[in-house]
Amino acid sequence: MGYLLSKDQFGEAMRQLGNTYRIFAPVRKKGEGRFKGVDVVRYDFVSDASEIELTVESDYAFKEFMLPLSETLFFFTENQVKEADIDERPVIVFLRSCDMHAVKRLDHMYLENGSEEDWFYRRRRDLVKFVLIGCSKSFDDCFCVDMGTNRTEDGYVFSVDESEGMFRCDTPDPAFAEAFAKAGGTEADVEPWCVTENQKAVTVPEDIPLSIYSDELWDEYTKRCVNCGRCTIVCPTCTCYTMQDVFYTDNGKVGERRRVGGSCMIDGYTDVAGGGQYRKTNGERMRFKVLHKIHDFRARTGYDMCVGCGRCDMVCPEYISFSNIINKVADAAGKEAGDDK
Amino acid sequence: MTLDINVKKLKKNAFRQSKVRGETASRVRCPGGEIDVDSLQRVVDIARKYGKGMVNITNRQGFEIPGIDLADLEEVNKALQLIIENRNVNQEEYNGGYPASGTRNVVACPGKQLCPFGCYDTKKFAQEIDKAIFPNDHHVKIAFTGCSNDCAHVRLNDFGILGQTEPQYDKDRCIGCEQCVKYCKKRSVGALEIVNGKIERDTNKCVGCGVCVIYCPTRAWTRSEEDYFRMVLLGRTGKKNPRLAEDFMKWADHDTIKKVICNVYAYLDEYMDRAAVESKEHIGYIVDRTGFEEFLKYIMKDVTPNPECEIQGRIYWGGKRYDQSNELRQSMFRFSEREE
Repeated sequence: MGYLLSKDQFGEAMRQLGNTYRIFAPVRKKGEGRFKGVDVVRYDFVSDASEIELTVESDYAFKEFMLPLSETLFFFTENQVKEADIDERPVIVFLRSCDMHAVKRLDHMYLENGSEEDWFYRRRRDLVKFVLIGCSKSFDDCFCVDMGTNRTEDGYVFSVDESEGMFRCDTPDPAFAEAFAKAGGTEADVEPWCVTENQKAVTVPEDIPLSIYSDELWDEYTKRCVNCGRCTIVCPTCTCYTMQDVFYTDNGKVGERRRVGGSCMIDGYTDVAGGGQYRKTNGERMRFKVLHKIHDFRARTGYDMCVGCGRCDMVCPEYISFSNIINKVADAAGKEAGDDK
Repeated sequence: MTLDINVKKLKKNAFRQSKVRGETASRVRCPGGEIDVDSLQRVVDIARKYGKGMVNITNRQGFEIPGIDLADLEEVNKALQLIIENRNVNQEEYNGGYPASGTRNVVACPGKQLCPFGCYDTKKFAQEIDKAIFPNDHHVKIAFTGCSNDCAHVRLNDFGILGQTEPQYDKDRCIGCEQCVKYCKKRSVGALEIVNGKIERDTNKCVGCGVCVIYCPTRAWTRSEEDYFRMVLLGRTGKKNPRLAEDFMKWADHDTIKKVICNVYAYLDEYMDRAAVESKEHIGYIVDRTGFEEFLKYIMKDVTPNPECEIQGRIYWGGKRYDQSNELRQSMFRFSEREE
């Protein structure tokens, strides 16, 4: 079941949904990129469907609603603690297939990883329903097909494929289908677009020998990487954070605990008491990140953390390609296996 | 052959007087330091046909074609027509070459079109100003640079324009990674510090270079929509008193900059020493005679600076005064006479 709609009809359907839901979607922020006159596409709340950027992949990922870059968790004073309020209206989040697969990774890390759920993640996660943006074509850096994330069969309340002002929407959730009918859409059978091949091919190695730990392939990144951490900040599956306990300066007895985005690539991540630092070089940090994305996480869950969205390749100021590193690791692993024979 | 050439007219027509009798050099004006390939090809063609097959790249981002026979001026001017039109340079007479040479080529660094640090479109602004002030015989040097790095050396010009951006901070996107703090300190002036996990910017210290914006990995720092400019005044090289230009305005907007530059010509019409050698005087020496107040009165005529603009009311320049002393500050001996 689904609907075909004009631009105006789609806008009307979103307006109706907007009465109940806040819409969190990729938005083109004019001139807010790194350089003068360069845009960035990142997530924000929109008040009108026309603000949603449906034609390109967003530079930053959807995770910023469930995992804000900076979130006050609670306030404290003397013996009392109070959780920070959040806007409790439900939210619909527009995302692509690769990102739908990322949701599973985030949920695992925050809800199934250890004996306790993360309460702060849970309260945001429960507000969210997902809208699938169909992909009519693969973008330059995508490698979703090889990561097995190019198709999404369920988990979304409706989908949207946009082409030349026409909107195709699959509406598996009847509660949402109503808005499309009211907006005057034409009923049709709609299957969301998805890509079946990418320009970029990767081979994720099944087994990675321990010798990869000291392989010289990482040395190159000690020199090339500038540890800015962009690759992890834009990543839909990077979940690390750090805490800031802040005491208000005009009253040291009152303060707040803040959770802010953390990154294994950025200085300070492995600092420990006494001045130690586990991964000093950028090559070591790269190794940790890569192996976590394509090996270590899988060893615990059975599936890879990386979803092949390619944002890390797209954002790197030093033109380092994560997808190429996957292939380099596969080569090194293959060579190692060959040596054993 | 007997030569009877009006050298003053020749120079105004943007030909240089060569030390080689009977020869001249054609100076090709490229506002904003930009040239299209057709014009560049024409420079090559002129150098091949009328010159000696060599081209000088000038200090002010133009081309100079030496070795041209004075008999070929008319032909060279005709050949220059394509370049003058393609470069959109104001002209008085079709096929007559350049109508003036006093106001020099307006220089620009690559700016935002190419450079990651560029805060605005330097070439576009330079070309807009060239359109507004050229042709003019007054000796005026203007240069545009994209950021506080000043790669275009605008501080050696009468009017130097440096781009500024006012960093916009979204604390909700800040993860406190401190890369902005680190790079502001290393690459700029150290105007940022982290306080309780968030960044505080010393708005007085900040030069608006945009380094924080470039290094911020989360887009917590972004650029202001508005372009801002620092204007520095009356720098110069030369025999008597070479000096760097001094700050006149910061956080000025586009219109303020443009009006101030255009206003200088009325001042020069009024106060330039008509008896100056080759009718050429650096503006700074004129300001020394009239006083800065009078200069200020002229350049600020009908200018309403934008509210953010800060203006220096009184300016003092430094530099070496060779007309007063040619001593090295710590001159002790001639190197060749040193004791072993």
